[in-house]
Amino acid sequence: MRIKHVYLAGVAILAAATLTSAVPGGGTVSGKITYEGTPAKQKPIDMSKEPSCAKQYTTPPTTETVVTGANNALENVVVYISAGAPDDAAPSQAAVFTQKGCRYIPHVLAFQVNQPLQVVNDDQTSHNIHPLAKVNREWNKSQPPGTPPIVDKYDKPEFIPVKCNVHPWMHGTFAVLKNSHYAISANDGGFALPNLPPGKYTISAYHESYGDQSQEVTITGSETKTINFVFKAKPY
Amino acid sequence: MEIAARVGLGERLDAMGKLFAIVLVIIALASAYPIAKHMYVPPEDISTHGHAIDDQLSDTMAEAGFAFLGAQIILAFFVWKFSERKEGAKLKNFPGGAKLMVSVAFIIVGAEVFALGVLGQKAWANVYFTPPRPDALQIQAQAGQFAFYFRYPGADGKFGAIHPDKIDEGNQNFFGLDPANDIEARDDIVSGELTIPVNREVHLLMHAKDVGHSFYVRELRIQQDFVPGLDLSVHFTATKIGRYEIVCTQLCGLGHYNMKAYLSVMAQDDFEKWLKQKASEQ
Repeated sequence: MRIKHVYLAGVAILAAATLTSAVPGGGTVSGKITYEGTPAKQKPIDMSKEPSCAKQYTTPPTTETVVTGANNALENVVVYISAGAPDDAAPSQAAVFTQKGCRYIPHVLAFQVNQPLQVVNDDQTSHNIHPLAKVNREWNKSQPPGTPPIVDKYDKPEFIPVKCNVHPWMHGTFAVLKNSHYAISANDGGFALPNLPPGKYTISAYHESYGDQSQEVTITGSETKTINFVFKAKPY
Repeated sequence: MEIAARVGLGERLDAMGKLFAIVLVIIALASAYPIAKHMYVPPEDISTHGHAIDDQLSDTMAEAGFAFLGAQIILAFFVWKFSERKEGAKLKNFPGGAKLMVSVAFIIVGAEVFALGVLGQKAWANVYFTPPRPDALQIQAQAGQFAFYFRYPGADGKFGAIHPDKIDEGNQNFFGLDPANDIEARDDIVSGELTIPVNREVHLLMHAKDVGHSFYVRELRIQQDFVPGLDLSVHFTATKIGRYEIVCTQLCGLGHYNMKAYLSVMAQDDFEKWLKQKASEQ
């Protein structure tokens, strides 16, 4: 009887290990995202219609549709696995999208299908968040100051532009993804997707102004493969 | 016993009638007094045509006030006169009956309204029937849910074409300009604030991006609806430097309460400096 239990436990552990797609000590795909050409100039935002937000800045903040760093680095690019990895169960921890100073923080929020999304209003004024979903259900909700966060979720993968109905300059993006392997490029354009089990993957990169690109990579063990993406920038 | 009680009640009712007449006159006078003494202070008038509108308002108050006081005092008079009930007294009718009363009322009220129209025609015509001066400063205003945006033509003096499909608010392109292909759009200046020089006529070209809105600055005594599909305009001259509120006064959706912008009236030099600064931010 005991041997049978141990055997069953062993099978269970092995099954669990193969079913979860993140393998500690697995392979890593990392690289840099850059642009070529001249990106559109980011403009200062005129918040004069909302003095409670305008006064939070000594100099007006700029738009964030194209955020760049040194050496042509491109920030805010969502790097994810579009094929080759199984879908993951959604984590229970919420992805938090904050409205502060009449801007969305972070500008791009990546989270999984069915993962709870929490929208927080940290400002003295009402906001009315309106994610412009086309595949998922489109909704907008008014959120007066001091009210609890809005909690919702999306059940299909999609890149969703987000706007505020009350403040036309507020824009952001939701990246709703199928699995847990994703990263958003930092100010140096760098990203890393660790803990990948062996397999053939399609790595995709999405920028809200420059679109989507893909490359294929194969992981055999615990090596690190480098993949870089270059986006074509436009001045207007 | 019963008769005595009935007589006492009758006297009390007569007294109530007279009291009512007195109270009526007091209330009428008390409510007319603050209006007559101009105790309501209108917002500061910073426009060239504003005084005509304020005068029109005063005229309206005066006409309505006389009619109001007259009506209340005549009513009080009749209440007092007929407050004593006389058993068996005959009912008196107004001479001429209902027909005469209605005709008199028609003539009196009609004359009142006609007089207001005649007196006020200049106030309306100054704003709406007079074209703007040819050298007026042209500024375009767009109202959309839920903000106003203003466009200056820039150094070339021309407004670039508007392409609604190119509107991209995340990139601050509120008007849908296409500077890549439209040369005239390249120097256009877009601002969330309406900044104008003092003592210079401004010709505001207005259009709505989506639904109906309205442009209202109380100190300018100007109010004009934005009607979707129509290109409308107003012209005005601001006479005092300062910062004033532009509010949307046509219900346009859930954000209507928050839809406002600021009118900034500056000296000519400051305006030119502001314009240069704004051009560099485009």
